[in-house]
Amino acid sequence: MTMDPVAIAVFLTLFVFVTLLGFGAARWRRGDLNQLHEWGLGGRRFGTVVTWFLLGGDLYTAYTFVAVPALMFGAGAMGFFAVPYTILVYPIMFMVFPRLWSVAHAKGYVTAADFVRGRFGSHTLALAVAVTGIVATMPYIALQLVGMEVVIAALGIPMNIAIPGLGHIPDAPLLVAFVVLAAYTYSSGLRAPAMIAVVKDGLLYITVLAAVIVIPAELGGYAKIFASIDPKALLLPPAQPGNLGPQSAYATLGLGSALALLLYPHSVTGLLSSSSRRAIKRNAVILPAYSFALGLIALLGFMAVAAGVKTLPQFASGFAAFGNNFAVPALFLKMFPAWFVGVAFAAIAIGALVPAAIMSIACANLFTRNIYKEYISPNASLERECQVAKIVSLVVKLGALFFIIELPTQYAIQLQLLGGIWIIQTLPSVILGLYTRKLHPTALLIGWASGIGAGTWMAAQSSFKTSTYVLHIFGTAVPCYAALSSLLLNIAIAAVLSVIFRAVTWVPLADATRQEDYI
Amino acid sequence: MEKPARKRPFRPVYLLLLLPFVAALWVPFYNRTQPEIAGIPFFYWYQLLWIVLGAAILIPIYFWETRGSDRG
Repeated sequence: MTMDPVAIAVFLTLFVFVTLLGFGAARWRRGDLNQLHEWGLGGRRFGTVVTWFLLGGDLYTAYTFVAVPALMFGAGAMGFFAVPYTILVYPIMFMVFPRLWSVAHAKGYVTAADFVRGRFGSHTLALAVAVTGIVATMPYIALQLVGMEVVIAALGIPMNIAIPGLGHIPDAPLLVAFVVLAAYTYSSGLRAPAMIAVVKDGLLYITVLAAVIVIPAELGGYAKIFASIDPKALLLPPAQPGNLGPQSAYATLGLGSALALLLYPHSVTGLLSSSSRRAIKRNAVILPAYSFALGLIALLGFMAVAAGVKTLPQFASGFAAFGNNFAVPALFLKMFPAWFVGVAFAAIAIGALVPAAIMSIACANLFTRNIYKEYISPNASLERECQVAKIVSLVVKLGALFFIIELPTQYAIQLQLLGGIWIIQTLPSVILGLYTRKLHPTALLIGWASGIGAGTWMAAQSSFKTSTYVLHIFGTAVPCYAALSSLLLNIAIAAVLSVIFRAVTWVPLADATRQEDYI
Repeated sequence: MEKPARKRPFRPVYLLLLLPFVAALWVPFYNRTQPEIAGIPFFYWYQLLWIVLGAAILIPIYFWETRGSDRG
């Protein structure tokens, strides 16, 4: 690929700008950054607008913006499941998560596992929730690097840079980006991604707006774009007698993903950092602006088909290296002037930094509160707690970096797919737990383990290539997102065992929360 | 032991929240190309429209909940 000096200059300028912003963020709404709730939750002081930028930058990751159109590019209509998914997230956020915010605010909880610990009085269940969160998030961070890697390569920046005396450094640009990210996350905590998110989202909206106006105009309008799509890929195949087919996969993927999304530690961290439950409710109304942008970005996959980027010789090496994930960068390179390519690619690369920072902070919060303080050093001072979190945030990012550099990208994708199946198994403890404590912690733990086992087994049946597994219900084949079917098993087991455990031994369980903490 | 819960009476306004679920999960209803808008098949514009409608539905519920109080 050829290097374009203008595109690279714009890209680097924006990158340096957000780096300075990241370090400067330590002084924004100044708080004692040696306290975990200040470093790891921004002091719970983000109002409606900052929360909007933060959650928007957090939930709609760079990888999403590369992978969703890539799926549309390769598989057609199926890739659009991201849209029903994001439609369903917000009624859930609106109804459920203000309760979590209230109880966390009243009790000083920093993580979902903190809540489970307090609600059910079981540190084992809290540990299960914390470990699930950390394990599900790690490959997600690694995937953010994939998004960044694609645009760096598309800019023509060589990945192997020779440094005199050290020889060739593989993946040098990624290393630089990650060292910078690690440094300002360490020093500024959640304030850094919150501030950077404002810039990133501004760039993102400009890019999307330009893309959906300029590109269709150049390609001859939307009708022409859709006409260039294979009619078989334009819609989902209809149900056959005895088999609901891809339509049921589409619906269950949408619902399951929506239920899983807000359970991820980075979502919880973003939600708990807001200053009021009202800010969360308002955000459920205004965050769909990002969903709309995502829906339009998904259509970029079809625009890439219409523009015929796959057969252009200058993009052959990009597609060879990154597969369909190269579709959108190729489209931008073909359709946009060089300076705007720099802006658009910066939006994607910075879009990788924001969620990666929040995810690593969220993992650090979980480790510190629910593993370190619970099992390793119960008497740690608040300063010590925060120090541990900062170090863990570095370790987590190093792990993600190692993952991407040393292992095939495919592993990160497969693990992220499993991550969705795993994180949803914390739903009974966290979401149902917000409404009832009739569920017994041991029953919840067994349900969690069964859900993880069953979901992983279902994904393994396709050698982890797909997350849908065909259920046979009364003779009808129902392809279903494994996260959803395994969650139903989890809930059923947790409910039945709760009834049994309560009947056998009635020991009142400790509940550190009160009814009025939730409203 | 659990204190007697302050049961809030069920409000029909919350039924609005079910609409996005019906609209988004009933795939056979929108898995079609016609009618098109500006060359965009029904499958695509219908779902994009529901992003907007899903957000719009929350607005009356928000105002209903926060009327005359500072609580959100």
